[in-house]
Amino acid sequence: MIQVILSLYWSFFKVGLFTIGGGYAMIPLMEAEVIDTHGWLSAAEFLDIIAVAEMTPGPVSINAATFIGYRMAGVAGSLITTLGVITPSLVLLLLLSKILFTLIQKPEAESFLNGLRSALVALILLAAYSLGQAAIVDIPTIAIFVLLLAASLIKQISPLYYIAIGAILGLIFFPY
Amino acid sequence: MTAPNTLAGPSGSKESLLTILLTFLKVGAFTFGGGYAILPVIRQEVVINRRWVAEDAFADILIITQGMPGQLALNSAIQIGVRLRGTIGGLVAALGVTAPSVIILLIIAAWLYPLYRDNQYVHAVFYGLRPAVVALIAAAAINLGKDILHGTRGIILCAVLLITAIISQVHPILVLVAGGVAGLLVCKRECH
Repeated sequence: MIQVILSLYWSFFKVGLFTIGGGYAMIPLMEAEVIDTHGWLSAAEFLDIIAVAEMTPGPVSINAATFIGYRMAGVAGSLITTLGVITPSLVLLLLLSKILFTLIQKPEAESFLNGLRSALVALILLAAYSLGQAAIVDIPTIAIFVLLLAASLIKQISPLYYIAIGAILGLIFFPY
Repeated sequence: MTAPNTLAGPSGSKESLLTILLTFLKVGAFTFGGGYAILPVIRQEVVINRRWVAEDAFADILIITQGMPGQLALNSAIQIGVRLRGTIGGLVAALGVTAPSVIILLIIAAWLYPLYRDNQYVHAVFYGLRPAVVALIAAAAINLGKDILHGTRGIILCAVLLITAIISQVHPILVLVAGGVAGLLVCKRECH
């Protein structure tokens, strides 16, 4: 048990430390830790949890961390994963905010972050591809994916619309 | 640019920790859709409603929020808490923005999920949600790419990293660091 708690903490600490710029930056990191490295969840379960994390209020990665922590080790697990994912922010901002503020405005930091964001685009694309294999399995799921992706390319829409449309089309087209 | 650690808001008086906690509890409990949806709500609360930080100070907070590790909502909440009441203010703001997530997700994971896991309509909903979430992730990559990949060099770096990541199967952390270092090398030649 203590082994699981420690590796949950360490995994989510890494997710928190390398999620730079927030948002979907955490998806490839969480996927690597939770599915590839530890095999805690299947790709389909991981997508279900991200969907729930999108539907509920609050930061998506904290929501996902809580759910995954609970699945693995109950209430203690959920507190540990949440603590893990927020520790880097707390430490850096409470102890080093003045240094960070000077550092982030240097041209080197800007170049480092630009290179890192290029990597992020590659990683998020790759995550969409590998998770897609567990999600896009037949004609209705291909249609849902293509429809929503096309819509998002025309106009940036809130994640809640994706959730609502995915849920409704799922109810209609599920092979009961 | 204002100093990041002024301990009082523009009003000059100290805010109570309870007010800080309640403000960020509200942000955490009622804002859907993650970081980019939460930031405007935080701005509304702290710049306009409560006048805790001025508009330019909030812009500084956003620079740090987006350039450093962590969740956007959490990073900005901590910085605002620190400005108002120092370290303890930062901790209270972090607690406020995080607690609703933990409570709501615990209720779902411990109670709703086991109750409805085997319901066929729940299966149907998740069957539709999975490709929707994949579309959301793909759209995030495309939109981020549109924002940041200007010029051929960025696109080539992205393509090289993508191919490397597929072939080598290395941990994403290594790919991120490699991207950052590549960015620095370009800068070494051109920044100065």
